Amino acid sequence: MSRISDRYKQLEERGRVALIPFVTAGDPGPAVTVPLMHAMVEAGADIIELGVPFSDPMADGPVIQRASERALEHGISLRDVLAMVHKFRERDTSTPVVLMGYLNPIEVMGYEVFALAAHEAGVDGVLTVDLPPEEADDLLSSLRPRDIDPIFLMAPTTTEDRMQRICDTASGFVYYVSVKGITGAGHLAIGDVAAKTAQIRKHTRLPVGVGFGIKDAKTAQAVAQVADAVIVGSVLVKRIEELRETPEEIAPAVAMILSSMRHAIDLI
Amino acid sequence: MPTEKTIDFTRMPDSRGHFGPYGGLFVSETLMEPLEELRDAYEKYMQDAAFLAELDADLANYVGRPSPVYHAQRLSRENGGAQIYLKREDLNHTGAHKVNNTIGQALLAKRMGKSRIIAETGAGQHGVATATVAARLGLECVVYMGEVDIARQEANVYRMKLLGARVESVSSGSRTLKDALNEAMRDWVTNIDNTFYIIGTVAGPHPYPAMVRDFQAVIGREAKEQMQQQTGGLPDALVACVGGGSNAIGLFYPFLNDSSVAIYGVEAAGDGLDSGRHAAPLCAGTPGVLHGNRTYLMEDPNGQIIETHSISAGLDYPGVGPEHAWLKDVGRAKYVAATDKEALAAFHTLTRVEGIIPALESSHAIAYALKLARDMDEKQTVLVNLSGRGDKDMHTVAALDGLKI
Repeated sequence: MSRISDRYKQLEERGRVALIPFVTAGDPGPAVTVPLMHAMVEAGADIIELGVPFSDPMADGPVIQRASERALEHGISLRDVLAMVHKFRERDTSTPVVLMGYLNPIEVMGYEVFALAAHEAGVDGVLTVDLPPEEADDLLSSLRPRDIDPIFLMAPTTTEDRMQRICDTASGFVYYVSVKGITGAGHLAIGDVAAKTAQIRKHTRLPVGVGFGIKDAKTAQAVAQVADAVIVGSVLVKRIEELRETPEEIAPAVAMILSSMRHAIDLI
Repeated sequence: MPTEKTIDFTRMPDSRGHFGPYGGLFVSETLMEPLEELRDAYEKYMQDAAFLAELDADLANYVGRPSPVYHAQRLSRENGGAQIYLKREDLNHTGAHKVNNTIGQALLAKRMGKSRIIAETGAGQHGVATATVAARLGLECVVYMGEVDIARQEANVYRMKLLGARVESVSSGSRTLKDALNEAMRDWVTNIDNTFYIIGTVAGPHPYPAMVRDFQAVIGREAKEQMQQQTGGLPDALVACVGGGSNAIGLFYPFLNDSSVAIYGVEAAGDGLDSGRHAAPLCAGTPGVLHGNRTYLMEDPNGQIIETHSISAGLDYPGVGPEHAWLKDVGRAKYVAATDKEALAAFHTLTRVEGIIPALESSHAIAYALKLARDMDEKQTVLVNLSGRGDKDMHTVAALDGLKI
């Protein structure tokens, strides 16, 4: 059983909805990330999504693209990101870490080399935005033996047929993209999200996370009523951008946003 | 890897868009269903007699097809060696081959009930060709273009605006074609319900590489017949420039099973392949995944896409169509490169010797063809795709001569 499944099991027993923050590794500089990860856990994060910077983040909005660009200015590579996870694991062996990014850095490293290195670093899940299940066989056969969960997205445009296929391929949890669009865009319609998560649950017993478009404690609370996990990214990355000249203020500021979301979610 | 002789090249890609290990469908989940819808519509209408008749009529009466094949006798004589023939895509409406594809995709958009068209553009030729068909069909049109390209292709930007399109300046990344493509993808994912994305080249997720090829293959089909009429046989060699590779595959595709025909794709060597400042992924890149397909890319050892350089905006792209990647690996086509300097020299030569001003993109093909022809017999023939005309490049060339026009 993977660290992700363990974590969801514990959460279920405690009746708690997971809070999953996303930050880009190495943004705004390499020294910020590991202390930030610990601060996010202390503020109530149950799983951490760590963005792997990529030069052409097609599915992301301007906020996360600029985060990638800041990290790339420091030359942050996939290997550097794995080193950060390794460092995080020195103090935290229970909080699952999911890498989120695009296929090419993994493709160029080689699937086997990556899977082995990710396992050794203590990575628990991998979400490659531009890798649908149809193209994923080779990567999956490298990830599975190392107990790394492949996390897949579902979107408002996903049909029932595809839902089934995705649920059959995924493990750990599935991730519902709540808006048609890019990260940080649009307004999520909670009624639609509720209908869609209910539909997804007909196809799988995996926990269902919801992300894209969660901007504040209020939306986080609304989403928590219909999801097993609330995933929040752009609003945190935007704060990091605002504080890029004073990096020592980043961890407390991000923790403050997460604490308010945690509090709102736990009220339900 | 299968050998060249056992492959029927007309049967590619497979049902999921693979050309050997290349191509495929590497996009975010939101786009999977719309791409399946597009694939179904494309497969349906490519068998639909009424659709094909409308397409043929538009190609004849609006684009001006067939475009001629011209025997460049003076150029051949002065250069020495093989006879050089030019497929005159520069004579199409809007001045390049791009319109063959935008006509086709716009008709498809209309059939699918989409009211809004988006496109990316580098040199602006595809943007102009898209804005043109959108104007004709009364569709809303938004064209994404990198800031750098907007600066070097002012005339085309103005043309698009005259045609009623909105030109969105893209200031992220390297501010060129690849970033325009990223931005167009983001628009598409956000406005999927009413929007049709007209990709201008044979890259992107399935079905785009196959669909754009099929719309551009009219070039090769006509040329094959025209060469037979004019020379009594097939050409000994084909030459076309390759950025994304749509004019090249359009010429090559109908000849792929004709093993007597040598095929050359010419990439942009910029300041030289050794300089690192070029746009030649097939000659000097490595395989990877970008913009929805697996193909050769200009990338660093960590898988980050690197900035490209070419004098011609239309070739300034870090990827290439997956079918070219595959044709390279199986050895059916040979990919070479011409530098900025060589392309410019060819630009001037063709202009002065034949009275034809080629686009800087097409000048790369001319440059290599001249070199190739010199090593061939004067009874042999080389067919070059003159994919576009050079009007749009006047200020670039003038600036190199120290003039401002």
